Amino acid sequence: MARQRTTGLPAWVFVPALLGVVVVVLPLAGIVSRVDWGQFWPLVTSESSRQALLLSLRTSSVSTALCLLLGVPMAVVLARSQGRWLGVLRSLVLLPLVLPPVVGGLALLYTFGRRGLVGESLEAWGVDIAYTTIAVVLAQTFVSLPFLVVSLEGALRTAGRRYEVVASTLGASPTTVLRRITVPMVLPGLLSGAVLAFARALGEFGATVTFAGSKEGVTRTLPTEIYLQRVEDPDAAVALALVLVVVAIVVIGVARPGRGSL
Amino acid sequence: MYRTLLALPIAVLLSAGLAACGGDDGGGDDGDQTVTVYAAASLTKAFEQLKDDFEADHEGVTVDLELGGSSDLVTQLVEGADGDVFASADEANMTKLTDADLQADDPQLFASNTLEIAVPPDNPAGVQSFEDLAGPDVDLVVCAPEVPCGAATQSMAELVGVTLDPVSEADSVTDVIGQVVAGQADAGVVYRTDVIAAGDDVTGVEFPQAQEVVNRYPIVALDDAADPELAQEFVDLVLSEEGQQVLADAGFGAP
Repeated sequence: MARQRTTGLPAWVFVPALLGVVVVVLPLAGIVSRVDWGQFWPLVTSESSRQALLLSLRTSSVSTALCLLLGVPMAVVLARSQGRWLGVLRSLVLLPLVLPPVVGGLALLYTFGRRGLVGESLEAWGVDIAYTTIAVVLAQTFVSLPFLVVSLEGALRTAGRRYEVVASTLGASPTTVLRRITVPMVLPGLLSGAVLAFARALGEFGATVTFAGSKEGVTRTLPTEIYLQRVEDPDAAVALALVLVVVAIVVIGVARPGRGSL
Repeated sequence: MYRTLLALPIAVLLSAGLAACGGDDGGGDDGDQTVTVYAAASLTKAFEQLKDDFEADHEGVTVDLELGGSSDLVTQLVEGADGDVFASADEANMTKLTDADLQADDPQLFASNTLEIAVPPDNPAGVQSFEDLAGPDVDLVVCAPEVPCGAATQSMAELVGVTLDPVSEADSVTDVIGQVVAGQADAGVVYRTDVIAAGDDVTGVEFPQAQEVVNRYPIVALDDAADPELAQEFVDLVLSEEGQQVLADAGFGAP
C-alpha cells in the first residue's frame, strides 16, 4: 500500500498546534526549573519518600493485577455480546473515567466505609478495611479499571470475530477460542491497557485521600506525600513530583496510543 | 470555521495570560471596589458574617474571601497573588508573610482557638479524655505534623504525656472532621470551632489540658493593597467589639 503524502496541510495549522504543545510542555519545564538538583537524591531517597514510593509501586501493581482479572472478562463481554442493556452497562462501567476522584472516594466511603452500604456488614463479619492498604488498592482499582476496559474493548472490536468464528467451526470450545485466539490477538492492546491502568493507579490521589486516609507506610502513596510536603518542604514535593513525571514519560513510551492494536 | 479553530487556542492562552496579570482592579473608581481577604479556612463562618456586615456599611464595596489552609494562602501571597488582607490561623504562617515584607503594618492578634476532640454522636470508642485517644481500639485521625493543627496536636500529646498512634494523618483539619462525620474514624483532634461548625454530625469532647495549647490568629493589611484605607478598615472591623462578638459566636476565644 502506498503511503499517503501529507502535503495538504495548511501552514497556519502549525501555529495553534505549536501553542498546544507549549500549553502542555511549559508547566513541565516550570517544575523542572524548581528542582533543587544538589538535594535531589537525598530528598527522593529519604525514609518517608522511600516508603511512599514503595507503597505506590506495591499498591499500583496489585491494582493492575485486579484490573486484569476483572477487566479482561468485562471487556470481552462488552465487545462480544449484544443486548439492549449493554450500552447502559458500558456507560456505568466507564463512569469512574469521568467522575472527579474525590466523588469516587466519597462513593467508596459510603459503600465500604464502616457505616457504608456494604462496610457495615463487613465489619460485623470482622472485616475492617478502613485505613488499611486494602482501601488504597480498592480506590486505585475503582479509578483505573475503566482505562483497561476501554482500551481492550477497542482492540477487541478492531480485531473482529473472523478467526474466532473459524476456530469454533473447527470444533474449538468457547474457552479454547478465548484462550488461544481472542486474547493472543489483542495482546498489544491488553498490554497498553494494563500500563495505562498502572499509571492511573500510581497517580491516584483524590479517591485515596478521601477513602483510605494518609499514614506513612500504610496508606500514604506518592501523590499524597507530594500534597502533604508541598507547603512545608516544597523542595521535597518538587523532587518527588519529578519522579512521577519521569514514570509518566516511561509509561507513555510503553503504551503509546497508535502502537499495537489501536 | 478555520478562523474559529485558530482563535480558540489563542483565546485560551490569552485569557490565561490576562488572568495572571489581572486582579489589580478594584482601587480608584468610586462605588466599585473590592477588598480581597485571604483568610484561614477555620474562619469561614465568622468571616462570611463579617463580609456581609462590611458590605452593608460600605456601599459599592465587595469583599472577596479567599479561604484555605493558612500555609497555602501565604504561599500564594508570597508568590505574588493580589490580596488586601491576610488572616492566618497561626503565627508561624504570618511570620512567612512578614519575612517577605508584605505587611502594611504590624500584624495584630484577633482570636484564639483551642483543640477539641470530635467523635461521632454515638461515640463508638467511648472517648472521654485526651488520654483515651491513645487506647489500642480507637481509630484516631489527626492532622499531619506538617500542618498547624497537627503541630498543635503533637504539642498537646507531649503535654498530656501520651503517645498517639493515629490510623491516618490528614493534611487539613477539614479532612479530619470529614472522617469523623462519615463515621469512618472513632475520634479526631480538631479545633473547637470545627466542632461547633459541624453541628449535630459530631459531638465534642472537651478536656482540661485544652487551654494549655492555644493557637493565636493574627491579621494584617497588605502593603500593596489596592485601597490601603479600605483594607485597614476591614482589619479594624475584625478587631472591633462587633467583630469580636461574631468570632466568639463561632467558638473562637479572645486573643
